Amino acid sequence: MRVGTYTLRLKNHPRIVAGGSAVGKKEGEGPLKNYFDHCFTDTTLGEKSWEKAESDLQQEAVKSVLEKSGIKPSEIQYLFAGDLLNQCISSVFGLRSMNIPFLGQYGACSTMAQTLGLAAVFVDSGLAQNALAVTSSHFCSAERQFRLPLEYGGQRTPTAQWTVTGAGALLVGQKGNVSIEEVTFGRMADLGVKDAANMGAAMAPAAAQTIEDYLKDTGKKPEDFDLILTGDLGQVGSVLLREILNQDGIDIERQQNDCGLMVYDRQNQDVHAGGSGCGCSAAVFSSYVLRKISEGDLKHVLFIGTGALMSPTSSQQGETIPGVAHLVHVAWNAQA
Amino acid sequence: MKLTDKEYQSLYEKASPNSKWGQNCLWAFFVGGAICAVGQMLCNLYVMLGEDLSDARTWVSLSLVLFSALLTAFQVYDNLAKHAGAGTLVPITGFANSIVSPAIEFKSEGFITGMGAKMFVIAGPVLVYGTVASAVYGLILVLFHLY
Repeated sequence: MRVGTYTLRLKNHPRIVAGGSAVGKKEGEGPLKNYFDHCFTDTTLGEKSWEKAESDLQQEAVKSVLEKSGIKPSEIQYLFAGDLLNQCISSVFGLRSMNIPFLGQYGACSTMAQTLGLAAVFVDSGLAQNALAVTSSHFCSAERQFRLPLEYGGQRTPTAQWTVTGAGALLVGQKGNVSIEEVTFGRMADLGVKDAANMGAAMAPAAAQTIEDYLKDTGKKPEDFDLILTGDLGQVGSVLLREILNQDGIDIERQQNDCGLMVYDRQNQDVHAGGSGCGCSAAVFSSYVLRKISEGDLKHVLFIGTGALMSPTSSQQGETIPGVAHLVHVAWNAQA
Repeated sequence: MKLTDKEYQSLYEKASPNSKWGQNCLWAFFVGGAICAVGQMLCNLYVMLGEDLSDARTWVSLSLVLFSALLTAFQVYDNLAKHAGAGTLVPITGFANSIVSPAIEFKSEGFITGMGAKMFVIAGPVLVYGTVASAVYGLILVLFHLY
């Protein structure tokens, strides 16, 4: 059911049956290390290329979901998956043996929220009993595609974010005590940021726009939520998001946190403005946040995936960076 | 959200911290200086070993390129360059690093289409415009000698 202009209210309250996460070494040394299903100390995962390693991360995250939920691939009707690499090859090669109808997604770092929202809509409408949402990113595969070789001696600016090596998988279905109540797919916003080393600034307006759309559509207030979780604006983008919303009379200071700030210890892990990449919000949401909701510590959470929709080609041609943000309202339900 | 691009620009420039340029300059000065000092020491050494000055200088360039390539291959150079910035970028060691690092990175796409093709992805422009500049310089020199 459509509420207001942009928000979809899911009347059957589809459930997040289970979540799985797999991360690399740096993430496994971060503050959330005890919540991830797999922490690999070798970021190659024994593979010959970074792309293959990233595919393996997706497989591991999916394997965890299947084990936890007890649901077989044959019982899952749709698979929504994406990543940062050209033609989404991590998802394609990681999941090609799944034998589930596959819909590749690209939403840059917003992909987890995008795939989760789509899976929820499919399950809510009855088109699917179970649908799987999977995303990943890998620091090394992202660096070589978007930036410079790993061993190149360059300096990163203080606004740069560190691509998370990690994957997350979420199974949306019928059982469990975590439900998806509403979804707002966001409009693109572009306020002229060109600096690819400042993606938080590029994405903050899109996040603000989607949050405003959602609050306006539903008539809800930030106080109605225990956590407004953006991913991944990092330090700079989080400050800007709050400031933009403040100008419009919305105060999310007390509720807002960001996956890019949660995944690393910024004081000691040399990640500058925080984490980024599809795998950041995927791994943080499907591990720590999902557990906190299922235990009832968090009852209403707005999960807002934010993506910077640029490519090396568009940046080299002098284009600005459009941002997009998708919002999913996740809630705890006493009766499973 | 009623922000214009201009208003947002001043907002995000304020929110974005600047690089610590004072600290960066010191690092660049001392590391860059140290690399040059090593070069001079090598030069003196080669002269002591009997090379004439011009050949010794060529040997210095070769030696620094070799050291840089080795440090890049052993994953050390980028850790130093992270702090030293232009101090490791500007000397010939930075040039070597810019060729060796993509060579390592793109080996996974094969020796021809990967390593061979991508090796000059960073240094390429330096080579192209360096060559063009030297041609222009040569032309000017020729014209200068004509009159």
